[in-house]
Amino acid sequence: MARVCRRAGRLVPESGMSLRQIFGRVLFYALATVAASFFALPLLWLLGAPFNPLAVLSVHIPENPSLQNFEAVFRNTFAMRALFQNSIIQGVGGMLLVTLAAAMAAYALSRSSIPGTTTITYGLVLFSSIVTGTAAMVPIFLLVFRLGLIDTHLGVILVFTGGLLPAAIFIMKDFVDSIPRSYEESALVAGASSWRIFSDIALPIIRPGMMVVAVWAFVNIWGSFLIPFILLRSSTKMPASVAIYSFYSEAGTPIITLTAAYSLLYTLPVLILYLFVNWRYGFRFFGGIKS
Amino acid sequence: MQQRRPLLPLTTGTVFLLPAAVFVFFFIVLPFFWIAVVSFSNRTLTGRTARDPDWVGLQNYLSLFDPSSFMQRGEFGHSLLVTGQFVLFSALLGQAVLGLLLALLFYRRKGWVRESVTTLAIVAWIMPDVVVAFAWFAFLDWQGGTLNQLAAVLGLVKLDWLIDYPLLSIVIFNIWRGTAFSMLLFSSALGSIPPSHLETAEVAGANLWQKLRDIVLPLIKTHIATDLILITLWSFNTFTPFLLTGGGPSFRSDLVSIFTYRTAFRFFRFGEGAAVGMIMMLINLVFALVYLALLRRERRTT
Repeated sequence: MARVCRRAGRLVPESGMSLRQIFGRVLFYALATVAASFFALPLLWLLGAPFNPLAVLSVHIPENPSLQNFEAVFRNTFAMRALFQNSIIQGVGGMLLVTLAAAMAAYALSRSSIPGTTTITYGLVLFSSIVTGTAAMVPIFLLVFRLGLIDTHLGVILVFTGGLLPAAIFIMKDFVDSIPRSYEESALVAGASSWRIFSDIALPIIRPGMMVVAVWAFVNIWGSFLIPFILLRSSTKMPASVAIYSFYSEAGTPIITLTAAYSLLYTLPVLILYLFVNWRYGFRFFGGIKS
Repeated sequence: MQQRRPLLPLTTGTVFLLPAAVFVFFFIVLPFFWIAVVSFSNRTLTGRTARDPDWVGLQNYLSLFDPSSFMQRGEFGHSLLVTGQFVLFSALLGQAVLGLLLALLFYRRKGWVRESVTTLAIVAWIMPDVVVAFAWFAFLDWQGGTLNQLAAVLGLVKLDWLIDYPLLSIVIFNIWRGTAFSMLLFSSALGSIPPSHLETAEVAGANLWQKLRDIVLPLIKTHIATDLILITLWSFNTFTPFLLTGGGPSFRSDLVSIFTYRTAFRFFRFGEGAAVGMIMMLINLVFALVYLALLRRERRTT
């Protein structure tokens, strides 16, 4: 205490100010603690439960922490197929289509003589924020129905690709706009074709932007619930999100700690990818647009 | 701006644009117009009206706005009212204010306290929908949920949150879920304020509230507007509370998104579901147009 006062006193000679500074510090820590608790408390149970052999909803550190919940999850074929097959097919499929189509479109919007590219870009953002999954669930369902793609991975992948593309193009275009054109111009002078310039020169340069878009698209599809929930019917095609919902919402629920263990497995890729993007590129890209 | 020679000829550019254009046309532009058509029909999932729906004109809209039942529980008006309260309290008052407070609390501070709180908020924001809903399900459980355990320790009454206070529960849930965005946006906005502005005010003897009102808020007002519109759009369109309450009990947390889902996919009344979706899109359109105007102005000034 005395040390704080002395240090504060050196900055501001009046003793009243130093008291105020102590008060400010205490208030800062108190508010930060309240905020941290608010965000952490709801997740506390989810972190402990998977390692608790007793299926209880109350939070306490398991007396005999064990991995038996995870073992049980790994033996459940429905859960495993949802996570390691269906979620991955849909997530990776959508990610590849979004990233490639967005890179090509953003490149065209940035480098070609197509008139009104700014209008097109803003128009895209406008449309995509109006036609959200919740508002458009009826026509999306009817469209996929008409295409004969209800209860297929492809139907889910196509819907996500269409829905995520506008934001992906928006992110990518910012990225392509920011890289210099000199390499491409010299290649053009040397007589390379447009496709060569795109694939051999532009793609390697915009790869960081594509990584960000790919991670963003994957995480979005991986975590989403509504679209697979309305487009898929058979349990063999459901992604992990729908599987978890069916675990905790339907009667005859398996032990709740198993669902917790499964949820933790399902969340891990999202957290790891976030850490990766944050470490590699900073969070500003990732947080830009979240659908 | 200097006119530069395009790197891509018009035709090649169009070819490059084509894959994205096809996807966007089929899954965004087409649904936008298709929903209008469906909303004027009595289309259902099965039966004769599935294959050959009749044109019913404004009937779906009229039944949505039927004054005799409009505000009854489970009807459209009631759902709009619930959604309005949800957006007002969870986004405009909850996320925006808490986000601003946190950004101010950590203004020009570094260190583990800031890092921990920011990380926790971001984790709440990026985790998958079903997982956070499941976690909150357990958190709010009457018997052993963390919140009631805590209440018991503090000598407070246990509450059955999801049954007795469903709307309040999803409001707090949405604040918890989405505050990170506002916090990050306001943090970067505050970071762009020149410190000299605040120092001048300090010399002039301004107190905390005066500095906030006269210097900080006017300087970040474009960011505030952007934030308010985006979080309104997201909260208006969110379906996640369905995973927590299913819209119940007795429709007390019946958001418009849940109302649409119920109409179309539980009762299979696609025509009426499309009419609700159409109204949602028109509301979205208003917000999006305001946002676009803001974006453009911002681009022009920077």
